[in-house]
Amino acid sequence: MRSRLAFAPFWLTYLFLYAPIAVLVVMSFNAADTPYTWGGFTTSWYGELARDEKIREGLVNTLIVAAGSTVLATVLGTLLAVGIARHTRSKALGALATLPAILPDLVLAIGLLAFYSAVKATLGLHSILAAHTVFGMAFVATVVRTRLSHADTSLEEASRDLGAGAFTTFVRVTLPGLMPGIVAGALLAFTLSIDEFVIAFFTAGPKDPTLPIVIYSMVRFGVTPEINALATVLLVVSFTAVVAVQRVTRLTDALR
Amino acid sequence: MTLVSVRGVTRRFGDVTALDGVSLDIAQGEFFALLGPSGCGKTTLLRILAGFERPDSGEVLLDGADLLALPPHRRPVNLMFQSYALFPHMSVEKNIAYGLEREKLPKAEIRERVADVLETIGLSGAAKRRPDQLSGGQRQRVALARAIVKRPRLLLLDEPLSALDKKVRAEMQIELKRLQNEVGITFVVVTHDQEEAMSLADRIAVLNDGGVEQIDAPVDLYERPRTRFTADFVGANNLFHGTLTDGGVAVPGVGVLPCEVPKDAPTGGPADLAIRPEHLVLGDSGTLSGTVVDSSFFGGRSRVAVAVEGLERPVEVSAAGAAPVTQGAEVRLGWEPGKAVLVG
Repeated sequence: MRSRLAFAPFWLTYLFLYAPIAVLVVMSFNAADTPYTWGGFTTSWYGELARDEKIREGLVNTLIVAAGSTVLATVLGTLLAVGIARHTRSKALGALATLPAILPDLVLAIGLLAFYSAVKATLGLHSILAAHTVFGMAFVATVVRTRLSHADTSLEEASRDLGAGAFTTFVRVTLPGLMPGIVAGALLAFTLSIDEFVIAFFTAGPKDPTLPIVIYSMVRFGVTPEINALATVLLVVSFTAVVAVQRVTRLTDALR
Repeated sequence: MTLVSVRGVTRRFGDVTALDGVSLDIAQGEFFALLGPSGCGKTTLLRILAGFERPDSGEVLLDGADLLALPPHRRPVNLMFQSYALFPHMSVEKNIAYGLEREKLPKAEIRERVADVLETIGLSGAAKRRPDQLSGGQRQRVALARAIVKRPRLLLLDEPLSALDKKVRAEMQIELKRLQNEVGITFVVVTHDQEEAMSLADRIAVLNDGGVEQIDAPVDLYERPRTRFTADFVGANNLFHGTLTDGGVAVPGVGVLPCEVPKDAPTGGPADLAIRPEHLVLGDSGTLSGTVVDSSFFGGRSRVAVAVEGLERPVEVSAAGAAPVTQGAEVRLGWEPGKAVLVG
């Protein structure tokens, strides 16, 4: 039998990964208002959170940006993926489509800010939304392309053979086949947009901050249990999204 | 009456010539087979007929009209894919109705035709199932139903039996022939399996290296191969290379192998002689003598390989019942000169 000690590095890694998150969740129920001492259990910070005008405003802004950019990124990213897979053989075009997803956020942020000022665009929620669409699109395109590369092109040929034109074939055969990839890509774009800070910070206007920007301005005066409570809520939302993505992909495998 | 006319069709992929000036005619109501090894161009020809591939030169006529001018979705031609290509997100019923819906037919008519064809293929009970809930044989029936429900002028079948196991193959073979009789549609089947082509088709075109070797009815192809390739590919023939003389083919180091030589044939030139294994007789007398190197029993028949001095490959003999000789025995081989065929 293998010694239990052999698993120590394994558990240490997990401890290292999840201890900060565990502390954060525990501290969100801390009655004391300093984050460093335990003063008893309370859920009052969650109530405080709900009453906080700034946070509510930030949350609404974030949801507008995330929802809007997800819709745009999903549509454009899917079309981009199909275009690359079906109508070019260029490796460079394929790589360029993925690039915004792996580019450092800072580079994209500075680039977008420079672009906005060059075209004299006003900054505000719309500029963050457009910026998030850029990298969201890259993620959607990458996920959908992976699915496309496994797709059976004879299905599209069969559709053409049975009398369907290019458009009907795309809507009735290609899209349904890509749907699990599209949904996974959309969920990914949504979760990435919700907690994106760097690009939002650079492209935001003076009004209408998104939630991460609101949190940042609050943390500058010290971490409060209210922030912990907010982070816990975000954690639950992200966790749900990740589980949803996995369910969708498992569904895909089952369908194959 | 000629339905499809292929005239001088050539298709190149880079340096590879998939089809090299292929011409053939397919008659209305015929069960036609394109037979050849992989890479012979048969699939390319099929895809040209379906519209997924364009020839570099040559023309294809359907009912005397230019077929190449039509995109695939406007051709009265349907293809049954080797992979079946059933839409995985649609039920059997929806799969079959797909082509009819594209023709904008009334809903009632679509329902009726789908129900009819489901009955023809014996899958009425599976109408609501998804393709992944069907067996291989059932999937193939659905793919076939989806194509014939459109009532095309021409139905193309790409290796229709290759994905099925032996027992289902035999059933489907009969089924295909029955259906073809019933619906009266012209079938073109592409296959690399000579038995499949023989059992299904009225006529077979043997393709090799982008060109047509021979087009004939199965029996003629089998009995009278015209080229060395056909003789070798359609059933394992024994091939002998030598010089044509009055009495037969003279093979160096072996002797003159008797066959019927046409009166106008130029003697003295190189010639190939093909003799089918079942036409060779094992015995004490005969033209060839050799040693039995292998004999195996296959139920009804047995196969004997005889090494003959002067020949590279052992001669294959097929005898009825159990093999009359054992390994190492000295035997003589004879045949009726009329059964030996001059090829190439």
